[in-house]
Amino acid sequence: MNKNHRVPSNRSLSAVEVKSKFGAEFRRFSLDRSKPGRFDEFYGLLQHVHRIPNVELLVGYADVHGDLLPINNDDNYHKAISTASPLLRLFLQRKEEADHLAFGTDSLTRKKNTVLSAVLLRPDPNRKKPPVIISLPKDFRPVSSIIDVDILPETHRRVRLYKHGQEKPLGFYIRDGSSVRVTPQGLEKVPGIFISRMVPGGLAESTGLLAVNDEVLEVNGIEVAGKSLDQVTDMMIANSHNLIITVKPANQRNNIVRSGGGGGGAASGSSGRSSDSGASYYGYSSPGGIGAAASTPSHIIQNFHPEELESDEDDEDLVIEAGGEAELIPCAPSASYSMPSLPRYEPHLNLRTAAAAASSGSLAMERRSLEEDGTVITL
Amino acid sequence: MKRFRRHGQESQRDRLKQELFQFSKTVEHGFPHQPSALGFSPSLQLLAIGTRSGAIKLYGAPGVEFMGLHEENAAVTQVHFLPHQVELVTLLDDNSLHMWTLRAHKGLSELLEIGRFTLTGPPGAPPSVTRVTAVLAHSSGELLLLGTEGGHVFVVEVPGFRELEERNISLDQVSSSVPDDYIGRRNLEHVEALQENPVNPNQVVIGYGRGLMVIWDLETQRAVQHIPATQQLESVWWTEDGSHILSSHSDGSYCRWSVGGEDSKDEEEKSDIPYGHFPCKAISKIVQLPTANGPPFLVFSGGMPRASYGDRHCISVIHSKTHVALDFTSRIIDFFVIRDGPQHTGDPSALVVLVEEELVVIDLQTEGWPVIQTPYLVPLHSSAITCSHHVSSIPLKLWERVIAAGELQLTHYSKKPWPITGGQNLAPDPPQRDLLLTGHEDGTVRFWDASGVCLYPMYKLSTAGVFHTDTDPNDNMNQGTEGEWPPFRKVGCFDPYSDDPRLGIQKIHLCKYSGYLIVAGTAGQILVLELNDEEAEQTVEAKVVDLLQGQEGFRWKGHTRLDVREEPVLFPPGFQPFALVQCQPPAVVTALTLHSEWKLVAFGTSHGFGLYDYQQKNNVFVKCTLNPSDQLAMEGPLSRVKSIKKSLRQSFRRIRRSRVSLRKHHVNNAAKLQEANARLEAELAEMELAPVQRKIEARSSDDSFTGLVRTLYFADTFLSDSSHNTPSLWAGTNGGSVFAYMLRLPPVEHRTDEPITAHPAKEIQLMHRAPVVGIVVLDGHGAPLPEPLEVAHDLSRSPDMQGSHHLLVVSEEQFKVFTLPKVSAKMKLKLTAIDGSRVRRVGVAWFGSSRSEDYGESGLVVLTNQGDVHVVSLPSVKMQVQYPCIRREDVSGIASCVFTKHGQGFYLISPSEFERFSLSTRCLVEPRCLVELPAHSASPTQHRPQPDGSSQLQSLSLTFLEADVGNNISALVLDMKWC
Repeated sequence: MNKNHRVPSNRSLSAVEVKSKFGAEFRRFSLDRSKPGRFDEFYGLLQHVHRIPNVELLVGYADVHGDLLPINNDDNYHKAISTASPLLRLFLQRKEEADHLAFGTDSLTRKKNTVLSAVLLRPDPNRKKPPVIISLPKDFRPVSSIIDVDILPETHRRVRLYKHGQEKPLGFYIRDGSSVRVTPQGLEKVPGIFISRMVPGGLAESTGLLAVNDEVLEVNGIEVAGKSLDQVTDMMIANSHNLIITVKPANQRNNIVRSGGGGGGAASGSSGRSSDSGASYYGYSSPGGIGAAASTPSHIIQNFHPEELESDEDDEDLVIEAGGEAELIPCAPSASYSMPSLPRYEPHLNLRTAAAAASSGSLAMERRSLEEDGTVITL
Repeated sequence: MKRFRRHGQESQRDRLKQELFQFSKTVEHGFPHQPSALGFSPSLQLLAIGTRSGAIKLYGAPGVEFMGLHEENAAVTQVHFLPHQVELVTLLDDNSLHMWTLRAHKGLSELLEIGRFTLTGPPGAPPSVTRVTAVLAHSSGELLLLGTEGGHVFVVEVPGFRELEERNISLDQVSSSVPDDYIGRRNLEHVEALQENPVNPNQVVIGYGRGLMVIWDLETQRAVQHIPATQQLESVWWTEDGSHILSSHSDGSYCRWSVGGEDSKDEEEKSDIPYGHFPCKAISKIVQLPTANGPPFLVFSGGMPRASYGDRHCISVIHSKTHVALDFTSRIIDFFVIRDGPQHTGDPSALVVLVEEELVVIDLQTEGWPVIQTPYLVPLHSSAITCSHHVSSIPLKLWERVIAAGELQLTHYSKKPWPITGGQNLAPDPPQRDLLLTGHEDGTVRFWDASGVCLYPMYKLSTAGVFHTDTDPNDNMNQGTEGEWPPFRKVGCFDPYSDDPRLGIQKIHLCKYSGYLIVAGTAGQILVLELNDEEAEQTVEAKVVDLLQGQEGFRWKGHTRLDVREEPVLFPPGFQPFALVQCQPPAVVTALTLHSEWKLVAFGTSHGFGLYDYQQKNNVFVKCTLNPSDQLAMEGPLSRVKSIKKSLRQSFRRIRRSRVSLRKHHVNNAAKLQEANARLEAELAEMELAPVQRKIEARSSDDSFTGLVRTLYFADTFLSDSSHNTPSLWAGTNGGSVFAYMLRLPPVEHRTDEPITAHPAKEIQLMHRAPVVGIVVLDGHGAPLPEPLEVAHDLSRSPDMQGSHHLLVVSEEQFKVFTLPKVSAKMKLKLTAIDGSRVRRVGVAWFGSSRSEDYGESGLVVLTNQGDVHVVSLPSVKMQVQYPCIRREDVSGIASCVFTKHGQGFYLISPSEFERFSLSTRCLVEPRCLVELPAHSASPTQHRPQPDGSSQLQSLSLTFLEADVGNNISALVLDMKWC
């Protein structure tokens, strides 16, 4: 199966092969990529081909990274169809048999909606939509999080950006600037590093956790004070696989207000602002909605330990032996990169590693996009 | 990362670190950047050069050198040694005077600043009153006469800088006695020159800008004689017998005036405009020196006809019937003449000229006045340095052969020894012979003796002869036609104008055991040279190597390949090329290595790399590393996709190129220049509008120049299995890839006929994709593999082949150790992720302990883009020490850095100077020298001043002081109002 997934298909691009698995049974059929139809039609089709007309199903698929993601609305259904290459692999489960990992229930959805509508600054009453079905956070790959809320001052925010070899650019620029600090001698102007621009559609922008004019205080646990712009740039790029930036947001109105009794470690269970490659906008999040949602006081909270960064993804160098067989170099001490205490989907069928290898190795050669910034090489 | 540390071990390691490493900048080699002043002490036989950046450098005999730096960042405008003393005075652009001395300390002299002084005028006086324009260090060694812009002469006691107000010579005192018929008496202008009467130390001549010269008696405080010259004065010289004064003027004339008549009947004895008829430029300095039996030497700078030769930098030397106009390569700063004899009062023996880019010494006692080769202060930048390569511990045999080849090139130099002989060099003889090779823009490679304090030129190799270039053969022939006037003679070697930028040398590799040299250049040319003691006429076999291997969609828009001469070329003794590889596309060679035992050369460009067998003169294989999406590499340097920085640089080049053509063909294409300037301005404006910001983006394979080959390495190691070691070639690219090839070499007896084969064995893609800058294989003991032929010459322990080998890959961001033959990560050291610096240069060095003779260890020496040097231990890749070395803004300094195998390094601090530094406690090359005042130095007429300051002159002046005090001050005050 691994192999099937890697070998590029020669078939026409308009059709999507679908391989659907329910229990021990497989069904194969194809869909038109250009006209996938709606989710409920697709749901019906699945019930039909598996001959289980009255069984409530949870539908999941393996994405390019090997993660199992749910299909439960039009958006993520279309995403699944459009990213399938060449095969779309589905995994069906009986709703009642599904364990606690169930992809969202009516009650959860309703609860979430009320929470969201309560905090949205400008709830749009005209856009009355049918309730959307939203999955649990653990069904998604995290792309960003706010961490260390319990140990940082309220005016600061520590943001973690996960770049899992995905296409989306990190996408922001930094500049030199000066900030005012309160010192025993009074106010003092000190040089600082600031975010100067966000690339539209980039990871940094899509999280909503970073904004132009935010002051960068730390990169992966190392203070940037006293470092030059170029030094900080190099540090960020060197850590780009797992970038943790501590910023002092320019807009201090959206700061976290810590409730007196609530333990810092208690996650409120929603990572509202995570979005993955435009996969699921949850229906309600128009671009304006992202910024507004950033003000929600709900976060994944976790403590960040710099030591754990020692083993991260960039250890996995790719070695091609003479035969041309690619393999990842196992990193010596701890082979798994861990995202501590963060709920995370375990690689299913061990697809993830193979896919990463393929995408970073051979697929990369086919890309033809041109970077505009000329890399200046000093020899 | 708080790990539980065993305290004892840590402190032991710390102690060891102190025994192994220590950082110091030891000596500067080359020619000072932007020299601005020259001084000479005949008694000490020391030469002093001041620079625009405020440095003062003293040079004596080879190896004797001192350096000082003024705190003020102002240019040194004048340097004067106090006669018969070890002190010298410098005048800076900011009008401050500084006293320096050479003080002996533990048997070694050091240059120390012992005082500073700024003239203070009366309150409210304009600054011009105290602006110093002329300095005379009086032969008593105790007085300093300072002529100012306001026309006053201030007298200061040295070395303490005590103002002797009562002895000042105010403008009023002088002008009151000026003859009424002198035209310029209303405004004498500034003091242009001060000279002492060589036979009567109480008399000085004060030359005013307007032309008037006044001979002033210091004892009687009055004018003895007025010399009413009417042209703007440039300089004054008092002949040695005291009977005449020479004055030079701004109209290109000089006059001779006789001295001594009590009355002021001083007619000019002789006036001459040497290059006359048409208007001439000023004669800025004139010197006349007698010879024991014969006519005197007359030496003067400038005076050229303004229209036809106004742009020449000339010094004319006239002796008897001989008249030569020495034509220098750059602006003349100053000159002096060295004289023979124990008191340095004999015949002139050498003319020392400091021009902006070099120091030229001319032997005045040998027929034809040849140039004496300078042992130091050699212009490294006679053509711009493009790369450098250091080779430690050269075998004596090779050393002697290179010297022999170099001596044959010195035919036109004087045989005389170096005439500046001050001080003693106490440095121990260098423990080994080291060579520094510099590659230059004009296609030459220069060999320097870098063993000691003096970077001495040994040999010069030119690669241009192999190619057809558009050099104008008449270019250098336009000198020395018979009967030409003025009688020009070109001197000096500074020639920054390259005939063809493609000839520029980019990489050099020398095998010190076999004498093979490979040199690679800008147009993808790789020359293999062999040392031959005889001259030889031979054709160089060229091999074109296509690095693209049929890659599609490629357009090379850069320069074309160099044309190779097909007919045999006569090569002088020395390194002679016998094979040539030309890369196609002809991009700059970015990596080069040589294995002289296997007789293989590996080379890389931005498109790929190849392996060349110079025994069979055949290319073994080629690997294209080009990324199809890399437009920049695809199209070459003229691509439309380029950064502002790059286009700016190109604009500068364009301007420079147009200047070159201006100079070369004497065509006035000012329009072109203007156009280029306008473009440059537009680009600058564009740059100012955009705020300085940096993009944060993970590196992808799409980035530019990912295929550029950064490093190549040969190793005999375990590539396929752990029981058989095989020859291998390793290559690292800008995109974080490492390629390993297994090589199969035929047995020695079939080396010439059986082909060498290479098979791809491994390919590593570093996930962080940072450029790979170094690859090293460590043997079973964790020591780096020895150089080729090193073991064969019994100079190195053979590598340990029993234990497992390790591969060390140094990228710009990390040091990473992999196991071999199965490549799996073992250890790493992150640099960029922790402190934001990136590796710019890396080298393997051996450090010996300062305490025990037999302990030493190998380490990696690393220079970062922040200008810091680090030592990283091997094989454990742990950071040992870190020192700031180069300013982080000094990009060219960082780019030019080269490490030696023994923990030293060189980098360019200016286009013409190398700074030498050492990280090792054991290997340290620094000047150690002693300068002592010769016992017999005081001239017969002068007593060496006693420590209590009671010389004859001093007591005289003190008595005088009391008599005249009131008068003097009132005169000054009056003058202030008048100004």
